[in-house]
Amino acid sequence: MTVVQDPTAPISVPTQPDQARVARGERLRLLVRSPTFIIGCILAGMWVLCALLGPLLAPKNPQAADVLNKLVAPESGHLFGTDRLGRDELSRVIVGARSILIVAPLATLLGTILGTAIGLITGYYRGFVDEVIMRFVDSILAIPLIITALLAIVAIGPSRLTLILVIGFVFAPIIAKTVRAAVLSEAQLDYVQAARLRNERGPYVMFAEILPNVMGPIIVEFTVRLGYAIFAVATLSFLGFGADPSIPDWGQDISQHYQFINGGVWWAVLFPSLAIATLVIGINLIADAIAQTFER
Amino acid sequence: MGRFLLNRLGLAAITLFLLSIIVFFGAQVLPGNVGRRKLGPFADQAAVDALNKQLGTDKPLLSQFWNWISNLVQGDLGTSLSYNLPVTDLIGTALLNSFKLAAFAFVLVVPLAILGGVLAALKRDRFLDRAITIGGLSLAVVPEFVTGIILILVFGLWIDLLPVSANAPDGSTLFTELKYLVLPALTLVIVLFGYIARITRAGTIEALDADYTRTAVLKGLAQRAVIRRHVLRNSLLPTIAVIATQTGYLIGGLVVIETLFNYPGMGKLIFTAAQKKDFPLLESGVLIVGIVFLVATLLADLAYSLLNPRIRYASAE
Repeated sequence: MTVVQDPTAPISVPTQPDQARVARGERLRLLVRSPTFIIGCILAGMWVLCALLGPLLAPKNPQAADVLNKLVAPESGHLFGTDRLGRDELSRVIVGARSILIVAPLATLLGTILGTAIGLITGYYRGFVDEVIMRFVDSILAIPLIITALLAIVAIGPSRLTLILVIGFVFAPIIAKTVRAAVLSEAQLDYVQAARLRNERGPYVMFAEILPNVMGPIIVEFTVRLGYAIFAVATLSFLGFGADPSIPDWGQDISQHYQFINGGVWWAVLFPSLAIATLVIGINLIADAIAQTFER
Repeated sequence: MGRFLLNRLGLAAITLFLLSIIVFFGAQVLPGNVGRRKLGPFADQAAVDALNKQLGTDKPLLSQFWNWISNLVQGDLGTSLSYNLPVTDLIGTALLNSFKLAAFAFVLVVPLAILGGVLAALKRDRFLDRAITIGGLSLAVVPEFVTGIILILVFGLWIDLLPVSANAPDGSTLFTELKYLVLPALTLVIVLFGYIARITRAGTIEALDADYTRTAVLKGLAQRAVIRRHVLRNSLLPTIAVIATQTGYLIGGLVVIETLFNYPGMGKLIFTAAQKKDFPLLESGVLIVGIVFLVATLLADLAYSLLNPRIRYASAE
């Protein structure tokens, strides 16, 4: 049986924004129900809270030295013990969340914006510019990330801004590769061709037409890179290239107490280590959950 | 095959050239006045000028770059500022040490991660799969020094089973040397397991879903035979690629692990050079690490195309 359609009747096309909204709502529902997402939010949320409220939550002043009580093992007065200057470790761990949670997200944001722009341009225009930029990207990626960061920090000198710029610039090529791949397949689709036929300008097609449709991979990439940014910031401050020696910082605290391990002082390195581990794992679980819902 | 090889070699050569520009820019242009940066703001201007003259950093940029490249091609990497030794000697020793640690870590992690990835794929979406993929990747994203410190606390302090320094005393046997390398290698196993297992899992799932696997099952082959003869052969291809990309990291990226365990490899050498602002050592070290990565990627491409003719033909067209 065939249905003959009246050619004059308006064709009912499902309106796109509606569909998109339903899909988005469905995705969000799946996401908040996923156990990995919930555990990730609890772990990371705990540290975000510490970063926001910091000094209010800390039982003692994290900077107050007390040389008579240095390297005290965990006890009721100092739940996490004290460090080499007698400062309260618990307070330092709580307040230490702030520095890393300022630098890492800003660096990731910078890298994502730069990377998205490069990915859109190379993926949309292709040709010579694409070839040249991609060769540069490949050659930067041939050096381990941490080495590139070291080279740049030694060349311009360490500061909080340097950390953000360096990590952002190092991440940009990696994000650019992902975005470029997404743009390449997107640019073949009819709506892009239609926009071109309408004689729209390149920047309009890239940012108003293609960008909204590649947001999925960009969001996933942002959360994944955020985990690596925390990894990188912690590592660089462990190596002594941190932002500011006067601010409590997990990586720096670990590197300053590493030498005391042989003397049995485990608390001054264990608690900041666990703090870094739980923060990174929390963000990684969130990233994994988001990636899973976009894959469906 | 010849065309494929030429194509890849050409790309690697271009990448290498660009890499040398980036490294040169990073180590000689970005710091501004190299001599001033090395000697600090209070140093005598005459000393700064003398150092710049010795390094050749007082000349125009283009001739500096040309000098550096032409010496490099002849195998002369210059003299280290902090050690006063030829850079080639320093890098040679460090490179050998790095290869030792990398080889040991690979021997431990590759079979383990392949097993984990295949198991996860066979139990797809069940508990074991989630445990291997999520657990593996969670451990992989924890910074190496955190993993290393927890291992040191557990095996070095609380159980007191293994040495916490990777440096075996001089003249010790191979066995003792390996014993000293266990903790750093174990740290690497934890870092790498998640990546390799995840790629192996993805490859195995693709092979399991492929038509040829269906055919093999339907024609009545035993499950063991299907997995060994049809699935594994195809699923391990991407694993080779990921192992190659990790080689660059293992040879030069272990700054933290080598510092933590006091192991004299490339990572520690580059880090020391960075700390002491030893620019000649720094730029050569970084460039060598990049070359190792490019060679490893090239070898992986070759192995990949030998095992998988489809790639060879696709790029020859």
